[in-house]
Amino acid sequence: MMRINFQQKLDELKERLLVMAGLVEQAIQRATEAYSTRDTELCELVKLSEPAINRMEREIDQAALDLLAMEQPMAVDLRFIIAVIRINADLERVGDQAVGIAGRVKDLGMFANLDIPVDIPKLASLSQAMVRKALQAFIEGDADLAQSVLTLDDQVDEMNREAFRSLGELIKTKPEMSSQALNALIISRNLERVGDHATNIAEDVIFWVRGADVRHGWAPEED
Amino acid sequence: MGVGIRVENLNAWYGPTHTLKDVSLHIPANRATALIGPSGCGKSTFVRCLNRMHETNPTARAEGTVMMGDLDIYKDAAPVEIRRRIGMVFQRPNPFPTMSIYDNVASGLKLNGFSKRRVLDEIVERSLKQAALWEEVKDDLKKKSGASLSGGQQQRLCIARALAVDPEVLLMDEPASALDPVSTSKIEDLIFQLKSQYTIVIVTHNMQQAARVAENTGFFLTGKLVEFAPTHKIFTMPSDKRTEDYITGRFG
Repeated sequence: MMRINFQQKLDELKERLLVMAGLVEQAIQRATEAYSTRDTELCELVKLSEPAINRMEREIDQAALDLLAMEQPMAVDLRFIIAVIRINADLERVGDQAVGIAGRVKDLGMFANLDIPVDIPKLASLSQAMVRKALQAFIEGDADLAQSVLTLDDQVDEMNREAFRSLGELIKTKPEMSSQALNALIISRNLERVGDHATNIAEDVIFWVRGADVRHGWAPEED
Repeated sequence: MGVGIRVENLNAWYGPTHTLKDVSLHIPANRATALIGPSGCGKSTFVRCLNRMHETNPTARAEGTVMMGDLDIYKDAAPVEIRRRIGMVFQRPNPFPTMSIYDNVASGLKLNGFSKRRVLDEIVERSLKQAALWEEVKDDLKKKSGASLSGGQQQRLCIARALAVDPEVLLMDEPASALDPVSTSKIEDLIFQLKSQYTIVIVTHNMQQAARVAENTGFFLTGKLVEFAPTHKIFTMPSDKRTEDYITGRFG
């Protein structure tokens, strides 16, 4: 007999996680937009979204814990709930990165006509695309789509490394720009972390759908 | 010590009904092996074939090979001897109601010709201790009947009775399904302890129970063994979609 009530609860859990994902995506979007427009009001909005994201993280964790305790899920259902718990934690930390970026943008706002040798908007767009793709893979239960997110992470990492090199150079040659450069460096690092969390989310989708743990580049057949 | 069982192409029938179809598997020694599946899937028939209980039904027959160690149980030994070496515990505790606790445990030994009081005393005590019942009944061994015990105690009495004849394999057909959670937990603890000395095969409808006590689990469906694998694999990432659908409650 199909466990209809249980399946409904799993669907509800998925919906709640997607609401959380919506808040987080909005926060990261606003933070990166604030960087491009130097809009400090947007930075405030990002900060204000943090308590709601944190509350949702706790609620989703509790709902997942209840399902584990009350329904004793097995196999694909068990993997789904474990994936939700992990994705939940990663989303919350993407939210933290957004708050971090917003804080740096507020500092940068004091400096006009910033000319730094790093394409932050491009890095932002790439890391956001990773999050979106990973979440789309979660919505559709599509392990292939999730797999494609993993390859994007290399690009984000490379861009972050390049930012590190060029901003380090800038600090040496134009010490008067150190403050801007450091803020940009931290933002670049924040965006690189967003990419890492998107990678984690994609790996969790693969774990849920295929039952394979691919974290840290590990392949099941190596065991 | 327990001994492994190797089953090859086992088929079983009740009258014209083909209830077990080409089952092959290896049950490792000194491990607990759980068999799961919906009602009527053949798992109980399978364990009844392992100690030739199946053929006690006049319309039933079985074909195939069941090796207990080097012994072909359908060729090399008499059913009575097989049933001594492969003991069985059933869903409903079935102590002999008019016999004392002591006589319940000693009954198999007496049937096998044991009569020395001291030897019987020793084996009864050892078996009741192995079944984790000794402390609860040691003062009433001959005063109380088996039927006077609680359901959980009766089931442990039946386990002691099965152990008394020194089997190598213990078959348990839903041994805790008629028991409350506390008694169930005692039976599960017992299975854990017993597998160091015996090979245990447990049929269960309770999948958490299988997950808790067994190293390996087999999933039966419509008379076929669909999947046999380490228990953790069956319950986290089964290979077969039918196994997954059953254990996640999508059918069955």
